[in-house]
Amino acid sequence: MYRYDEFDRDFVDGRVAQFSDQVERRLSGELTEEQFRPLRLMNGVYLQLHAYMLRIAVPYGTLSSKQMRMLGHIARTYDRGYGHFTTRQNLQFNWPALKDVPAILKDLASVEMHALQTSGNCIRNVTADHFAGAAADEVADPRPYAEILRQWSSIHPEFSYLPRKFKLAVTGSPNDRAAIQLHDIGLEVKKNEAGELGFAVYVGGGQGRTPMIAHKVRDFLPEEDMLAYCEAIMRVYNLHGRRDNKYKARIKILVHETGASEITRQIEEEFAEVRKTEQLRLPEEEIARITAYFAPPALETKPERSGAFEAAKADSREFAAFAENNVSAHKRPGYGIVTISLKPIGGIPGDATDVQMEAVADLADRFSQSEIRVSHEQNLVLPHVALDDVPALYAALVEYGLATGNAGLVTDIIACPGLDYCALANARAINIAQDLSNRFGAPERQKEIGELKIKISGCINACGHHHVGHIGLLGVDKRGEEVYQITLGGSGAEDAAVGTLVGPGFSGEEVGGAVETVVDTYLKLRESPEETFLTAVRRLGQKPFKEALYGAA
Amino acid sequence: MTPAATALRDIYAFDDAPKTPSPAQREAPMLRSVSATGAAAAGDPDGAIWRDGRFQADEWALAGAEDAVGEGPAILPLARFLAEKDALLARNAPLGVLVEPGEAIEELAPHLDRVSLVVLSFPKFADGRSMSKARLLRERYGFSGEVRASGDVLIDQMPLMRRCGFDSFEVASPITRKQLGAGKWPDVPLYMQPMGGSAQPEVPAGTRPWARRRA
Repeated sequence: MYRYDEFDRDFVDGRVAQFSDQVERRLSGELTEEQFRPLRLMNGVYLQLHAYMLRIAVPYGTLSSKQMRMLGHIARTYDRGYGHFTTRQNLQFNWPALKDVPAILKDLASVEMHALQTSGNCIRNVTADHFAGAAADEVADPRPYAEILRQWSSIHPEFSYLPRKFKLAVTGSPNDRAAIQLHDIGLEVKKNEAGELGFAVYVGGGQGRTPMIAHKVRDFLPEEDMLAYCEAIMRVYNLHGRRDNKYKARIKILVHETGASEITRQIEEEFAEVRKTEQLRLPEEEIARITAYFAPPALETKPERSGAFEAAKADSREFAAFAENNVSAHKRPGYGIVTISLKPIGGIPGDATDVQMEAVADLADRFSQSEIRVSHEQNLVLPHVALDDVPALYAALVEYGLATGNAGLVTDIIACPGLDYCALANARAINIAQDLSNRFGAPERQKEIGELKIKISGCINACGHHHVGHIGLLGVDKRGEEVYQITLGGSGAEDAAVGTLVGPGFSGEEVGGAVETVVDTYLKLRESPEETFLTAVRRLGQKPFKEALYGAA
Repeated sequence: MTPAATALRDIYAFDDAPKTPSPAQREAPMLRSVSATGAAAAGDPDGAIWRDGRFQADEWALAGAEDAVGEGPAILPLARFLAEKDALLARNAPLGVLVEPGEAIEELAPHLDRVSLVVLSFPKFADGRSMSKARLLRERYGFSGEVRASGDVLIDQMPLMRRCGFDSFEVASPITRKQLGAGKWPDVPLYMQPMGGSAQPEVPAGTRPWARRRA
């Protein structure tokens, strides 16, 4: 893991002190709310429906056990005993008092964490594949690049007052688990024919009220040019992105209105100028120095097959389901990547209590080299677990209500906080997630349905990523009633696509039944159990689902 | 105020007065105030311009689209400057140009050798376009004259502006004026970006090629 040096520590301490002063000036009235707003947002402080919300950065989703313990401590001391992991790998506390925020930031700084740039019209926390450094299918670990981007974008003087927020994601694998094509800038680490590392660069993806899949502006960018190229993209956006309408201010709209080829030309022209100065060229030694922080842990050599793991699978159906869904291929034989589902049947997606956070920290110490990941699917991950240890880990997870074996299945639902917390929402999302989770919760039924991603947003800002759900639900307000529209066929992975609206919406009472109808239609029409829901929807189109939901036209 | 906030306020001292730092300040030396560079211009507490660590009188006069251009140093809006530049250059006084956020700095670039001051405006403090233009002026076009921020200029953005290349600030906000006068400069003087045209001296910090600290 990356470790702060003295410079990094002083930098974060300085930022905490700077923000503490700004909080005081707000409390004393020297700063108006309008003047304070971008300052607090850039430090992760939102004003929500009932209270302030503090969003803590988990850069590229990597946490140490020590950091996780601190998050548990903060949840207990300053909040109501729980936190909420977000779709951008961050953690939100929904009930802190503004006066406590400086103290929370100081606690975070003591474990090399912060809430920097988790909100506001600046470059946000950089996300990456949550299986980074462990996945069997990886070309290279994306985290060193994400860390360099995190540093370079911190308190960037030129890019702190952008037209709108700006999100970067990096994947090191062709199987995109970081949804890079739905980010303002998406980087895919790859090798060219000469075997050199570099990036495919995507620009202009995003969700919200105008969902768009990113355009590839570069098929191969040499590693050393990463910052120069990002600066060029940022400058074109900062100068030309729309500022007249906040709903049209994201770079996706600039790309759309300017045209992909013209924007590519502008970026390349700016890049040629930036590159000339050599200011931002990344020296090989420096990349190597940062990469060394992310060196793979020294794992004991193990045989491919684990007797204990196989025996436990044969012994228990629950464990077998957990092993099938929640254990992914590790690059080292005899090891697995274990997903800890924060989607208990009938529970609130992404929530974890202080006790659960501390339990996961302890389990990471025992079984996973003290390392934890947060996934954008709102689950936790132990990246380096010996298959021999999975049964003991599973038994411990059961005790804390964390052993749900549903990763990637129909009840592994993403939902935004919705009207229960959020000032922007038009409808609740959590209750719908709970209803669906209960409807589909039986293990046999989930197994039969297979891979199916349901994503729920409580308003068109799409924080629940409904556009890229295989089944997406969007809550809208229709004359004072919560109504849910259903989209089908979206995907946030390497086959990225925006889902299509299937027809008129359903009330909160009806929508659970409607989703069951969609799923039953799939089960009836799929060619074989191997044909996933997404593949079937792409083959069949909307028609059979429409007919099942609304009757034949 | 919480005890923690009080403690942090004590660390967070921007006063430029030469006093013995508290132990907390010695531990967190990052929060020093703007340093006066000993410029020749005399201070004027009522002056409109913050420059070289003090308020100074504004020696420039803005001529709008229709106004007659006075005899002294004159600032022209970009469009008028481009239209009348030959006639204006015949005057025997310095010229400045006002560039609004929506205007292209590239149009001014070929004429920068005839200009002593570029004013980049911030109609709203949260409009960051002039930040990019200041950098382009300094780093790409090598402009060495004065780069001034005008409009909604507030203290919390000023350290960022200075790193982008602004070296003077037209400050209207009474609160910001008071804070500047008291030596406040809310900067974190450790930086993660090399800025080729920063208006303050900065030096590399450690091995990271992008890290800088205030000299």
